[in-house]
Amino acid sequence: MSIGIITFPGTNCERDVAYAFEALGADTEQVWHRETSLDGIDGVVLPGGFAHGDYLRTGAIARFSPVMAAVEKLAAEGRPVLGICNGFQVLCEAGLLPGGLIANRDLRFICRPVHVRVQSPDSILTRAARPGQVLTIPLNSYEGNYITGGDAVRVMLRYTDAAGTLSDAANPNGSEGAIAAVANTAGNVAGLMPHPERAIEDFMGSTDGRILLESFVASLEAVPA
Amino acid sequence: MTDVVHRELGMTDEEFISVQEILGRRPQDSELAMYSVMWSEHCSYKSSRAHLGTLPTDAPWVVVGPGENAGVVDLGDGWLAALRIESHNHPSFVEPYQGAATGVGGILRDVFTMGARPVGLWNQIRFGELSDPHNRYLFNGVVSGIAGYGNAVGVPTLGGETEFDPVYAGNPLVNVMCLGILQREQLVLGTAGTPGTIAVLLGASTGRDGIGGASVLASAGFDETAGEKRPSVQVGDPFEEKKLIEACLDLYERDLVVGVQDLGAAGLTCAASEPAARAGVGMELNLDAVHVREDDMTAPELLMSESQERMMAFVSPDKVDEVLAVAATWEIDASVVGTVRDGDRLRVHHNGEQIVDVPAASLTDDAPVLHRPIERPAWLDDLRKRRDPPDRTPLDTALLALLDDPGIGDRSWVYEQFDHMLFLNTVRPPGIDGSLIRIQGTDKGLAVSTDGNGRMCQLDPRRGAERIVYESALNVAVAGARPLAVVDNLNFGNPEKPDVMWQFTETIAGLGAACDALGVPIVGGNVSFYNETDGRDIYPTPVVGMLGLAEPIPAFIGDVGTDMTIFLAGPAQQRSLAGTAYQKTIFGTLGGRPTPIDPDTGGRSIELAIRLAHVMPTAVLHDVSQGGALVALVELLIRHDVGAVLERTSTIDAFGEDPHRFLCLVPSAEAARVTQLAAEVGCDIRRIGQTGGADLELSDPTIDPMSIGRLRTVWGGAIRRRMEGTIHE
Amino acid sequence: MRALVTITRRPEIADPEGATIQRALVDLGYGDVDGVRVNRTIEVSLPGRDQEYVLSAVRAMCEKMLANPVMENYEIEILG
Repeated sequence: MSIGIITFPGTNCERDVAYAFEALGADTEQVWHRETSLDGIDGVVLPGGFAHGDYLRTGAIARFSPVMAAVEKLAAEGRPVLGICNGFQVLCEAGLLPGGLIANRDLRFICRPVHVRVQSPDSILTRAARPGQVLTIPLNSYEGNYITGGDAVRVMLRYTDAAGTLSDAANPNGSEGAIAAVANTAGNVAGLMPHPERAIEDFMGSTDGRILLESFVASLEAVPA
Repeated sequence: MTDVVHRELGMTDEEFISVQEILGRRPQDSELAMYSVMWSEHCSYKSSRAHLGTLPTDAPWVVVGPGENAGVVDLGDGWLAALRIESHNHPSFVEPYQGAATGVGGILRDVFTMGARPVGLWNQIRFGELSDPHNRYLFNGVVSGIAGYGNAVGVPTLGGETEFDPVYAGNPLVNVMCLGILQREQLVLGTAGTPGTIAVLLGASTGRDGIGGASVLASAGFDETAGEKRPSVQVGDPFEEKKLIEACLDLYERDLVVGVQDLGAAGLTCAASEPAARAGVGMELNLDAVHVREDDMTAPELLMSESQERMMAFVSPDKVDEVLAVAATWEIDASVVGTVRDGDRLRVHHNGEQIVDVPAASLTDDAPVLHRPIERPAWLDDLRKRRDPPDRTPLDTALLALLDDPGIGDRSWVYEQFDHMLFLNTVRPPGIDGSLIRIQGTDKGLAVSTDGNGRMCQLDPRRGAERIVYESALNVAVAGARPLAVVDNLNFGNPEKPDVMWQFTETIAGLGAACDALGVPIVGGNVSFYNETDGRDIYPTPVVGMLGLAEPIPAFIGDVGTDMTIFLAGPAQQRSLAGTAYQKTIFGTLGGRPTPIDPDTGGRSIELAIRLAHVMPTAVLHDVSQGGALVALVELLIRHDVGAVLERTSTIDAFGEDPHRFLCLVPSAEAARVTQLAAEVGCDIRRIGQTGGADLELSDPTIDPMSIGRLRTVWGGAIRRRMEGTIHE
Repeated sequence: MRALVTITRRPEIADPEGATIQRALVDLGYGDVDGVRVNRTIEVSLPGRDQEYVLSAVRAMCEKMLANPVMENYEIEILG
């Protein structure tokens, strides 16, 4: 079982994501955005960073990278596809996930751990988590403010306080409905703004990211629909 | 070309005569342009060079000392660290976002030029008070620029220091430090190699950005014509830099380059002449081959352009195709622009004509060395004699005022805008003391602290410089690291004033003495003069970046709970409030003379901090710096949301800023072990209180307990409230 | 009355965003694209004011804040 880590020019979390999955015993492979085939890859992760400099709109140029046709094919086959932060933005631009991401409410970049509450276990991101469970995962984004654009959305994680309560103060970036992660209808394509790979060892202050990454690894083995 | 052109380029008549003597003829336009930038203060260090030679730069672990693009030290087991610090003060005043952004871009290139992957950035930024909207605009722009570039380029920003003082209002300071790591065999130097080597220009295309930036912006003060100096601003592109980093590291990995030089100040001129001078060779440069953004650029413009995100690689002829292929993979442009030749001449061709023919080394080595007049300022004695007014400020009032000082209060408004977690190495994040990162796959941790203190240095530049070195050393020590190397950034006023040169030479003496006493070499530095506005100089503001090595990485548990004993290590008695934050905040004055460092006491404090970090994982250590011991303790209590009962203390002991003090909090059951270790090291230590409850109690019947929540509100708003507009002063 | 301010980078100042978009367009098959510049527009509404006043006020806003003369030019169009 091999995880393809899709790297665009300007992506910068590709090595961190590989490190985290390898710490969980998974095999990873870096896939440059010019690749057109994902043969031998069982699932892909689009890591964080600034694909194509985030110029024009975040993800707007990356969605046209040659590799994205293969990612769409993989998604259609029911294979796990996960976008983290900038990768989430790319999946939204590509239409693989509903909604979009705009600048944070306070118009400042935010890098700090936040609390998210598990809304549903029905996705490749959350299947190992309990509904209602509160996780601590670092956020690291300027355009992290999720808007549904009126689309129906399957919410996987919401920003809350440490007790799992929703409030304006606990919503770091102003996301609609405090949405931190969503999935498609089939649950095989998911995106989230926080960085689970940044919460996998004790010294990082939280190991809750493992729950989400383990969900993804477990999904690799599941027979696609 | 008329005789006055050299003056418009910032060159003196004497310098013009030297150029004529070197060439044996009148220089052509392009030649004069090249000398004017290379001999500018910014590039040549002409006012400072005569003094910098006294600094200690040697140690067995120094691999590359000052003079290359970055200093390099040995970390053991085949690992090296590359470090460098640089200022971008004037560009940041003119255009704060782009000035700070391109400062980050430039310091990164200095480090990955050496073969290292940049793993961390630190910044030292100083502004006028936040009550002035223009200072808020500059502060916001600089922080956004550092975030915008650093986050996007994919290098974590791990710490720094922010200070505010009216003296920086017309001339903010933006100093940026970068640390990189590499394996020994990946080390690359800025050499042009042997005759026949090919020069390949990589990265962004060349445009009219920042023409003459080095000579015009960085080598003169600001006055009412600052607006006219504006065309020298450059625009940074972190996306291009990210690709350039990956492409260069790929080239090093494949062993495809002989040497590399980044293009910063003085652009192509510097990138051709410095590597040639270092290698003792000549070079032919073809400007027609340079990939450009605009078609009609003149030769002097091409030679002086400071377009960002460019590197010059020196490549053996049989590897040029492979280098171009690597560049194409990473989607960056590359052009073959030159060839290394026998002899010593740098010859430049443009439109098929030879327009430059000069000895390459004359641009670097023959730059003037000035011995500017030095005189102890007449005003200094008055300043030192100044006495503070009688003080009856209650401790709680003073504490609240200090916590509300944006130079002391919560800095998270700044560092939460920076990605400080990328690469998954951040063991101690920014916000407190030195930050610590691990080197993956090893037991090694690298701690970095950057420190400056303009007020102390204004009162006594020598003592001030010594103090910041010891301050920085103790900051890395509380992270469990042993000081290993220093880089310095010397921010000063106009060197044509003898009292500024006195401040400068005193600072050099202090830096040298302190580094000598600690046994820590200075492996690189940067001098920024002409930090003045309308004739008013900034405080002398040396900044040091200290690298420490922690091996193994201490197992910090690091939680402050109840029933912990609070120890204060280092000198118990404080002798002076001169230059302290207390003096500034409570009296609004600056005067007196800071206490000197004591190398023996300082060394023992550093030793005890390192030992405690390694043998007592439950101990929480925190250096005492601006605001003194009480502020340092309250910072910990706020972070961990726990109260404390303190022994009775005096104003001077609570708020004095002795550079050798740090706090140690341990579960009370282990307190005896701390006293025992302190005795072994010979370091003074005493118990000053106990944690518990939800309040800070000062054991003074006239002072009510203060809730930690209230202290947090004040501390947490020091910057945030001022920047978010809920305070209007 | 409304005014439309178009802020452009001065031609000699780099526009990395425009250059990146241009590359992407060429990749998408628009090989004849020779240049892309990213500009900004700002719509300012000043109800009940005449054209002369709006022009001079918006010009002052551009000089003070909306544009940075270090690297930008601006144009003002009255939308009516």
